[in-house]
Amino acid sequence: MPDLLIELFSEEIPARMQARAREDLKKLVTDGLVNAGLTYASAGAFSTPRRLTLAVEGLTASSPTTREERKGPRTDAPEAALEGFLRSTGLTRDQLEARDDKKGQVWFATITRPGRPASEIVAEVLDSTIRTFPWPKSMRWGAGSLRWVRPLHSIICLLTDEAGATVVPLTVEGIAAGNTTRGHRFLSPDAFTVTGFDDYAAKLRRAHVILDSAEREAAIRQGAENLAFARGWQIVPDDALLSEVAGLVEWPVPLMGVIADRFLDLPPEVLQTSMKEHQKFFSARNPKTGRIEGFVTVANIETADDGATILAGNQRVLAARLSDAAFFWQNDLREAKSGMQAWAEGLKSVTFHNKLGSQADRITRIAALAREIAPLVGADAGQAEQAARLAKLDLRSAMVGEFPELQGTMGRYYALAAGEAEAVADAARDHYSPLGPSDDVPTAPVSVAVALADKIDTLTGFWAIDEKPTGSKDPYALRRAALGVIRLIVQNSQRIKLRNILWNGLARNMQARSLVAEEPVINALSVLEEHLPEWTRYDDESFLKALSQSAVTEGRTFLLRLRAYQNDLLSFLHDRLKVYLRDQGIRHDIIDAVLAQPGNDDLVLVVSRATALNAMLQTEDGRNLTQGLKRAGNILAQAEEKDGVEYSFGADVKFAETDEERALFAALDTAEPAIRQAIAAEDFPAAMTAIAALRAPIDAFFEAVQVNTDNQIVRRNRLNLLHRIRAAGQQIADFTKVEG
Amino acid sequence: MTSPNRPRSFQDIILRLQNYWAAQGCAVLQPYDMEVGAGTFHPATTLRALGGRSWAAAYVQPSRRPTDGRYGENPNRLQHYYQYQVIIKPSPANLQDLYLGSLRAIGLDPMIHDVRFVEDDWESPTLGAWGLGWEVWCDGMEVSQFTYFQQVGGHDCRPVSGELTYGLERLAMYVLGVEHVMDMPFNDPDAPIPLTYGDVFRQTEREYSRWNFEVADTDTLFQHFKDAEAECARILAADPVDTAGRTIPMAHPAYDQAIKASHIFNLLDARGVISVTERQAYIGRVRALAKACADLFVTTDAAQA
Repeated sequence: MPDLLIELFSEEIPARMQARAREDLKKLVTDGLVNAGLTYASAGAFSTPRRLTLAVEGLTASSPTTREERKGPRTDAPEAALEGFLRSTGLTRDQLEARDDKKGQVWFATITRPGRPASEIVAEVLDSTIRTFPWPKSMRWGAGSLRWVRPLHSIICLLTDEAGATVVPLTVEGIAAGNTTRGHRFLSPDAFTVTGFDDYAAKLRRAHVILDSAEREAAIRQGAENLAFARGWQIVPDDALLSEVAGLVEWPVPLMGVIADRFLDLPPEVLQTSMKEHQKFFSARNPKTGRIEGFVTVANIETADDGATILAGNQRVLAARLSDAAFFWQNDLREAKSGMQAWAEGLKSVTFHNKLGSQADRITRIAALAREIAPLVGADAGQAEQAARLAKLDLRSAMVGEFPELQGTMGRYYALAAGEAEAVADAARDHYSPLGPSDDVPTAPVSVAVALADKIDTLTGFWAIDEKPTGSKDPYALRRAALGVIRLIVQNSQRIKLRNILWNGLARNMQARSLVAEEPVINALSVLEEHLPEWTRYDDESFLKALSQSAVTEGRTFLLRLRAYQNDLLSFLHDRLKVYLRDQGIRHDIIDAVLAQPGNDDLVLVVSRATALNAMLQTEDGRNLTQGLKRAGNILAQAEEKDGVEYSFGADVKFAETDEERALFAALDTAEPAIRQAIAAEDFPAAMTAIAALRAPIDAFFEAVQVNTDNQIVRRNRLNLLHRIRAAGQQIADFTKVEG
Repeated sequence: MTSPNRPRSFQDIILRLQNYWAAQGCAVLQPYDMEVGAGTFHPATTLRALGGRSWAAAYVQPSRRPTDGRYGENPNRLQHYYQYQVIIKPSPANLQDLYLGSLRAIGLDPMIHDVRFVEDDWESPTLGAWGLGWEVWCDGMEVSQFTYFQQVGGHDCRPVSGELTYGLERLAMYVLGVEHVMDMPFNDPDAPIPLTYGDVFRQTEREYSRWNFEVADTDTLFQHFKDAEAECARILAADPVDTAGRTIPMAHPAYDQAIKASHIFNLLDARGVISVTERQAYIGRVRALAKACADLFVTTDAAQA
C-alpha cells in the first residue's frame, strides 16, 4: 500500500484563500483517485504561504481489472451493424461469442479493462486538478498559459512504499514533478529532496517551515499570550486574525511592542481596528486600566538581533498610522461638538441608490419612520427621531472614511461628544444590528426603534422600485434586512402591526421617488392621512370598498399599487419568518395554518400561536384532534357542496340520539367559551388545552354516530354540530393546512 | 544599524536602484515628460505591456496626485512625489528574487528585516487594467507594489509583464530613518551644500496645494478635458496612411491626450467639483480613451513579437 505526497510550491498564496484551497486539493485529488478505481486509508491537506500539500496514506497500488459484457447485433444482421459493434467495443470478430437469445442468435462481446498502476492514475488526476483548480482568482505569468493563484514553481509528486520512493512522471506546462522542495525563503533557501511525508514534514521543520497551519496558529497564540503574560496583559482574542496571520508566515515569531502614551486616549476600537487592518497586529489589554496598551506582531523570521530591528520598524509604522488616526479623531470630535452640520450637508451628495435618492433623503425617511415606531416599542419619539438623524452622520467622518467597519461605533462617540443622551448615542452605534443571524439584537427601546426603521426603509424602498431578491441574487441584502426586522420584533416581544409600518414606509419611498405623477399622490395621501390607521388594518376587500367610497379618485392607481406592494412585502416577511422558525424546529405547515388567522402582521402573535400549536401537535391528543377536526371539516364541506347550503347555526341537543352526541354538545358548551376567552387573552397554550379536551368526545362521536342518516332533521342537526367543531378549530388555526 | 553599505540620501537610493536594475539588464529610461498620477501611466509600461514583444525597462517617474497635497506639512503626504518603476516582459521566473536583490542594494537586508508578500491585487479603472500580486511589507510597512499584469486597456497581456513600483519617498524615509519627508537629506548630508527634501520641494508643495485646491480654474479645466478627449479621438480616427503614402498609425500621440485627460480629471477632483456619480462617468471616459489607444497600439510594429 503506497503513500502519496503532493506539494505545489508557488509564490505567496493569499492567506484568505488557503483554508479553502486545502479542502479543494484534498477533494479533487481523492475524488479523482476513487473515481479511477483506487482506494485510500486517509488523506490530509496542508498549506503555508508558499505551498499547498496533500498526503494520502494507504493508497492501492493499482486499480482493479474490470469486465463488461455487451450485447451486439444478431448474427444475421447486415455487415455494417457488426462492423459498428466491433468499432465501439475495440474487438475483432473472433473475440465475439454467438449466443442464443429470444430473437435468435446474437453476438456478445466481453470487454476487459486491465487495472492501471496508481502512478498513472495519480499523474492524470494531479494534472487535471492543477488545470481546473477553483481558485477565487487566478493568473497567468511569463509566457505560459497555465493559471494558478500566483506563479507555480515546482511540484512534488511522490509514491512511497516498502521498496522506496518513486517520482510520479508528470509534467505540467514545463514543470516536471520531482522530489525536491525548498525551506524558508531567507532562513533555509536551499533545495532538498524528500522520500515521503514524514521525511518531508521533518525536513521542512529543520528548514524553518511549520507545515501545519493549526500548529502555526497554536504557536502564535501561545507565543503572544506568553509575551502578554510577562507584562501582566491579556491578548484580545481574534480568531479571524489568527488564521490570517498563520497564513502569512512559515516560521512565526511573535514580538511584543508598546503603544506610545500619546495614543492611549484614542477609543479602544480605533486602536484595535487600526492595528488589525493596517498592520495585522494583535491587541494587548492591560486589565488594570482596561485600555489597550500594547500589541503583538508576528514576524516570519528569527534574526541575529532577536527581532529588535523588526520591532522598531513596526513601532514606527504604527506611530505613523496612529498619528493619522489621532488627527482624524481630533478633527471629527471638533465637528461633532459643533453639531455635525457639515456631515449632514455632505450626506446630501452621497447617493444611496439612484432611484432612492441620497443618504440624506434616506435619513429623513428613517427619522419619520423611527418617530412612528417609537411609541410602539416604548421609546421616546423625539429621541428616536433624533437618533435616526444622527445615526449615519459618522459616514462622513474622517475616521469612518478610513475604517468603514467603525461605522456606528464612531457614531456613538460623536453623538456623545455632541451632547446627546446615552440612549440616542447607543442607537447610533446599534442601529445597524443585527447584521448576521448570530448577531446580538439591540434591546434598548430607542435602538430598537431606529434599527427597525433603518431596515424597514431599506425593504420598502427596494420594494417600491421593484428590486426584490430573486433566487440566489440578493444584491441589497434584503433577506438579511427582513431577518433583522423579524428578530428585532420577536426577540424583544414587540407587538407591532407591521401593515401600518410597511404602508408608511412604502408611501414615503414611492412618493419620494415620484413613481407616479406628484399631484394625485399628494392628494391621495392627504385624504388617506385620516383614514390610514383603519384602512390598513382591513383585508383587501374592505380596503377596496373604502377606497371606492372615499373622495380619492386621482390617486387610486397609486394606492392600489401601494396596497399590492404592502401585501407582497408582508408575505416576503412571512417567508423569512418561516425560515427563522424552521430553524427553531417549527414546521412550515404549522406556520401556514397560523398565518391564515387574522392579525398575521403581528409577528409576536404569529410566533406564540405557532409555538403553542406546535407543542400541541407533539402530543397524541393533538395529532388525533387534528384528524377529528379535519374529518368534521371534510364531511361538512361535502354536505354543504351537495346541499348548496351552509350549515352554521341551530344545532340543538334535543335532537341528539346518542350519549356520544350529547357528550359532544356538553364538551363544546364548555370548550367554546374557554377557547374564546383564552384567545382574547392571547393565552394560546390555554386555548390549546381547551380544544384538546374535545379530542375524546369527537372521537367517540365519530365512532358511534353516522352523520348522514336518512332522518333529515337529525342529519341537519349533526351537520350543524360539526360546524361548531369547525368553528372552534378556526379560532385557533386553519387546521386544513396542517399536514399528516 | 549603521554600516558602510547604508545609503546616505534620497538620491543615493535612486542611484542604487538605477544601477541595480541596469545590472539586471533593464533599459534605464527617463521620466515621461507629462503630468501623470503614477509610473504605470508612462507609455513604457502601459503600452509596452501590450503585444508580444519582449521588454525590460526601469525608470523614475515624477507623479502627481493633487488631492494628496498637504501644503508640505504632513510628514508623509505630497501632491508631487516620485515612483520607481520596473517592468519586465515576459515576467522572469526569478522576479521575486530580483526584487529582493534590489532591497539589499538599498540597504534592506532580509536577514535582519521582516520582508513579506501580502496579497494586494492591483486595478486601474482609468487604464482598464488589472493584475494580481502583492504589496511588499518590510517590518510592517508597505515598500513596494508587485504586480503580474493580466489586462491593460481591456486587452489580455500575453505574455504577462511583471511590474514593480516603489514609492520612493516612503521607502527612503524608512531606510534613512527620517520622520518627516521634508527633513530627508536629498543629496549627501556631508556635501558642501547639503540639501533636504524640504529645501527642494517645500515651496512647490505649498504653491501647488493652493493652486490645486483653490485656484485652478475649473471652467478652463473642463474645457481642457473636452479638448484632450476630442483630440485623442481625432488622432485615433485619422487615416493611418499619411500624405506621402506611409502607414503611420499614431497610438502614442493619442495616448498623450488620454494621459492629459486623466490628469485634468484628477485636478477637477481636487477642486471638489466632481460629484460621486459624475466621478464614475469621468473615469469611464478616460478608460474609453486608454482602451482605444491600446486597440491601436497592438496593431503597430512595436507590439509585434
